[in-house]
Order: sequence, then C-alpha cells, then structure tokens
Amino acid sequence: MITLTDFLLVGALLFCTGMYMIVSKRNSIQVLIGIELMLNAAILNLVAFGKYDKLNNGGQVFALFAIVLAAATTAVALAIILNVYRRYKTIDPDEIKNLRD
Amino acid sequence: MTLIRVLFYGMSFIAIGSALYAALSKNLVRSIFIFFVTLFALAGLYVIALADFVAVTQVVIYVGGILVLILFAFMLSGRETLNVIEQRKGKFINMAKVPAVILAVLFLAVIVNIILKADADNLPWVKQSITQQNEITPTSSTIDNIGVNLMTTYLLPFEAISVLLLMALVGAAHLSRKEGRA
Repeated sequence: MITLTDFLLVGALLFCTGMYMIVSKRNSIQVLIGIELMLNAAILNLVAFGKYDKLNNGGQVFALFAIVLAAATTAVALAIILNVYRRYKTIDPDEIKNLRD
Repeated sequence: MTLIRVLFYGMSFIAIGSALYAALSKNLVRSIFIFFVTLFALAGLYVIALADFVAVTQVVIYVGGILVLILFAFMLSGRETLNVIEQRKGKFINMAKVPAVILAVLFLAVIVNIILKADADNLPWVKQSITQQNEITPTSSTIDNIGVNLMTTYLLPFEAISVLLLMALVGAAHLSRKEGRA
C-alpha cells in the first residue's frame, strides 16, 4: 500500500515548484498559477491524512473547503489583475510600483 | 510492485513533471494548459488516497472553473503580457532566477528532511485509527458520511464559507466592472 510519507513527499515537491513560480515569474497570471500549485499541495496533504479519519472525514471536508476558497481567491485575484492591467498596461509585478495617486 | 504503486508513481510523475514544465515554460499559454494536466493528475492522486469525492470536486471546480477563469483573464489582458515574455528570450541563463531556484531547493531540502524525520506513518493517532478500524478502506463508501458530516459537524465552517463566497462574488463583480469611477 502507499504510505503517508509518499504523499507528503509529492506534496513537498509540488509546494516548492509553486514557490519557485511565485518568486521568479514576471507575470501575475503565472504567479497565480504558482499559488494554486501550493494550495493543491496542501490539499493533497489534507486528503492523505484524511484517510485515517473515517468517522468525521475531517481531512476530506476541509479539502473541499480549501478548494472552494481557492476558487474565491482566484476570482478576486483575476479581477484585480484585470484592473491592474487596465491602469498600468502591464501585469509584471515588478513594474507596478505606484499607488493610486 | 503492485498495480496501485505503479499508478501512484505514474500519477505523481505526471503531476510533478507537468508542474515543473509549467514553472519553467516561457510561454504563458502553454504554462496554463499544462496546468490542466497537473490538476488532473492530482485528482488521480486523490482517488488513490481514497478521497473520490474530493477528486470529483477538484475536476469540477479547478479544471472546469478556475482554469477557464484564468484563460479568460489571460485573453482579456491583451498582447502586452506576451511581449514581456518575448523580450526576455535569448538570454542563456537568467541571473534573476538564481535566487528563486536557491530558495525553492533549500526549502525543499528542509521540508523533505522534516517529513523523513516526522515519520508520519508511525504517528500515534494514525496507529490508533488503524487499530480502531477508523481507516478508510478501498471498499468503504464515504460520500454519504461526508454529506452527513458537512451538515452536522462542520455546519459552522460551511456557512462561513458560503458567506465568504458571496462576498468574493460581489467583490469580483465590483472590481471588474467597466471603467467608471474606479
């Protein structure tokens, strides 16, 4: 059978990939994809541990909540990205230095 | 080497490989589309972890919802986003990425070290749940139990999430309306 450590290692690799994307990418949409990767790594850990909780299903239920929260986050983040693009004509996080006025 | 192990290694290889490709690709569109593959492979991993309902939700919400949203944002944000990427081609090694690589690799080393030291399979509560047969087995069906738990034990977080979703909906609609008084 597959052990918990295997799942945790896969989760760790995905998390670090997401972290690399967030730090290095020069495009807000790719940064957002990195955030989604990190969230997915966390959800994988929740699900892997949730296997040992048959009565309460804690891990799986909170994995569902995390997925829904990720959807809400993405919707708001993309709306913000669209606004930033409209104002600055770029979505490179390095270029966006000015506040509103 | 049972079939389930082969499947697990296949799924995790696809997930990690496509995630790395999405991270290293210079092309934004390719990066978005290969992220589809990562999410599908992760749904497969959830099935192997015996969480089939979460896997289905992952496919419906992530692949059906979030990725389409990301594609929309990409298409609405115009050509300049692609030009940024074109300009930076040509460089052999991008020095700006070195700190990010170092950070990610060091963090990976730390976290792998912790995971190997923590030895999650021999945690007391995991052992206890196996002896008390509180472990999900491949034959047990969990979806009805998830439904009951969602409406009893986890009712408060459920309601909190629903209010938050409404707020996010209104907020996103407010942020992305046409240019008036911004």
